Amino acid sequence: MKSSEKAPIWIARDFYNCSGCRMCEIVCSLHHEGKIWPEASRIRIFMLVPTLEIPHLCAQCHDYPCIEACPTDPKALSIDEVTGAVIVNRESCISCGRCIEACPGNVPFLHPGDNKATICDLCGGDPECIKICQRGRWNALWVAKRTPSINYKLYAKKPSEIVKEMAYRFYGEKAGELV
Amino acid sequence: MGRGYAGKFLEVDLTSGEIKEKRFSDEMLRQYIGGRSLACKILWDRLGDKWESVDPLGPENIFLALTGPLTGFYPGARICISGKSPQSNGIVGSTVGGEFAIELKCSGYDGVIITGRAPNPVYIFIRDGNAEIRDAKHLWGKDGKQTVKLINKEIIKELESERPRRRLWREPGIIYIGPAGENMSRIAAVEQKWTHGAGYGGYGAVMGSKNLKAIVAKGTGPLPDPYDYEKVKELLNEVIEYLFMQDSLRRWGTGSGGYVVGADMSSEPVRNWQEEWHDREEFGVDEFERRVWLKRYWGDYGCPTTCLKVGAVLRGPLKGAITDNPDYELQAYLGPNLGIFEPEENVYLASISDDLGFCGIQLGNILGFAAELYQRGILTKEDLGFELRWGDARAFGRLAEMIARREGIGDILAEGTYRAALKIKEMKGMDVLKYAVQVKGIAIGAHGIRSGLDYPSPIAYACNVQGGDHTSVAGEIPPDFMTFMDSAVICAFNLVRPREVVWEFFRAVTGWDITMEEWNSVMAPRMLTIQRTLLLIGGPDVKWDPRVDDDNPPRFYEPLPSGPKAGQAADRKEVERRKKEWFNYLGWDELGIPTSETLRKLGLEDLDKALEPIRERYKAV
Repeated sequence: MKSSEKAPIWIARDFYNCSGCRMCEIVCSLHHEGKIWPEASRIRIFMLVPTLEIPHLCAQCHDYPCIEACPTDPKALSIDEVTGAVIVNRESCISCGRCIEACPGNVPFLHPGDNKATICDLCGGDPECIKICQRGRWNALWVAKRTPSINYKLYAKKPSEIVKEMAYRFYGEKAGELV
Repeated sequence: MGRGYAGKFLEVDLTSGEIKEKRFSDEMLRQYIGGRSLACKILWDRLGDKWESVDPLGPENIFLALTGPLTGFYPGARICISGKSPQSNGIVGSTVGGEFAIELKCSGYDGVIITGRAPNPVYIFIRDGNAEIRDAKHLWGKDGKQTVKLINKEIIKELESERPRRRLWREPGIIYIGPAGENMSRIAAVEQKWTHGAGYGGYGAVMGSKNLKAIVAKGTGPLPDPYDYEKVKELLNEVIEYLFMQDSLRRWGTGSGGYVVGADMSSEPVRNWQEEWHDREEFGVDEFERRVWLKRYWGDYGCPTTCLKVGAVLRGPLKGAITDNPDYELQAYLGPNLGIFEPEENVYLASISDDLGFCGIQLGNILGFAAELYQRGILTKEDLGFELRWGDARAFGRLAEMIARREGIGDILAEGTYRAALKIKEMKGMDVLKYAVQVKGIAIGAHGIRSGLDYPSPIAYACNVQGGDHTSVAGEIPPDFMTFMDSAVICAFNLVRPREVVWEFFRAVTGWDITMEEWNSVMAPRMLTIQRTLLLIGGPDVKWDPRVDDDNPPRFYEPLPSGPKAGQAADRKEVERRKKEWFNYLGWDELGIPTSETLRKLGLEDLDKALEPIRERYKAV
């Protein structure tokens, strides 16, 4: 998608294709922080069980519970009108962490540097994580045109909630021992 | 301080419980870089004057886990494990992939230095500039997969309980040992992520001897700033693009070797190296891909190659086995080397090796050695407790369990092929060393030299300061590039050409104007000279005689019995010629003893005194 045709997008994800290489984290933190910083990357790969890697990033829920929960006035969190991403105003953020609790997947985090809420901003419509994942032909992440749906919110889940089912699909009965 | 370093090392004395931070001078880091090279310097400085008496499995040994300046920047993060090796009694730099190195660097440390011995099983938890020693009684005896699970749960639970909550916490980086390491088997590895092991050297046993089950790190900081981030980004992009095009390695990993190295190159161990050729297509990579691979691309932090593949057996009597690929080394050693040509059986044995915490190469070597002794009627059913026939995966699995727990004959085999051969020789009154395919206590990697079609030269192992190590080999002039990659601590499978790009990368990260020329002519020889010196000193339980031990195992002089290269063997004249050339290049004498002049040139004058008794020993004879 060319940047001149900016429209609401979604970062589609296939956990089973994720290699755990975490190159998405590297390009994300280089883009946003100017340095390699795993815990400041807006996309974080959870590897609670080795071999079952789970990309964890904002799903842009249709009802934005994080923004709803933001207590400041005006709110530190807002919606980017073009992309649909959640944008953080770091000046107004009071580091209360309510957005983390309100998110069904606890996706936002307080930045390990300035302690402000940090959320994927879709790189303004051209996400770096997708570019590297596609360049590497892993296809764990790709651009999807976002259509009105409540489905996206289903992906805002904690990795610990889904890793067991993934393990069963991979390893059958053995999963019980591994997770 | 060159950039790319966190700037400090964590030092833990497990005897006293004291934890402190250690800094090395800028000059020392510039000379020794990191990883394997820095390990040599640290070990020589601290243990050099008493090397001969240092028991590798005693509290006086030092366990090192070191990153290098390129770790985290150049694709393919690894950590270099070292210390006095309980296999070679010299120094081995043994690297293992995984996130531990990244978590450690993001915690503010370039490495960990462990001394002493804990009174009870412990693990060390490092977090953002802090560290503590913790009880590990509940982890002792647990296999690899259970160890990872329990530590992950424990650490995440603890981090999640903190208030205010800053994030959903994810797993830490962990290096750990399995039961083989706990029981101080000399073939135990230091492991990461279920399936990755720092195998060569036997440092799993060193952790076990220190009652150290694991080192765990969680860091939330950035990687330390490199000298020139813009240049690093530009080079990273260039390197990634190159690596994305290496389709064979990406698609098959090294797993294409199980068939190809045998069928095409006649250099794969088959039945304890009695043959090196096979053309069993059922062991082909396409079979692995179809029958056992669940994940086509699996890799560690920052790796564009992701050469690993997750392999598992989901049905039948071997159900529940999980490993990676297996990669070529384990494919060969726990496959054809044991007369096994079924992918499922190979995955099963690799999974057992991972779970018990073995180096898969050393384990496959000793299992093959035992099976050949059984084939020849030297070891019997009475000695073993069961029959050990080629191709019987269950029997080999059973023997691996006995080795890890030092039960029955397993207690002898746990000592590794060389030492086990000495014991069996005594037990049976028969020379079995001729069946031991090892050099200086270290089993040889799965790339033979007889056919002349594979990469190792005739002296690749015979004159290697790391014994049978197939990754960093002797005899290449200039010294092989692994000497650098083991010290910068990055993965060999992400090497790009021209190599000058890697050096540019190094300079962009460190800001040091070190050239490939300086590495080849001064820095690599300096590291190799320290390794060689301490290997020659050896002790206390074994010492190497350069006139005898700088040689290939006897098997390599037997003609290959099968395949297109049948009849071919290692050529003694060629071995002698190459040896002379190699020693001469490094400024060592005809026995491979570094000369005083060489030591002076390399700034290693203090090694001279340590070498005096060695020079005397062989002058007198």
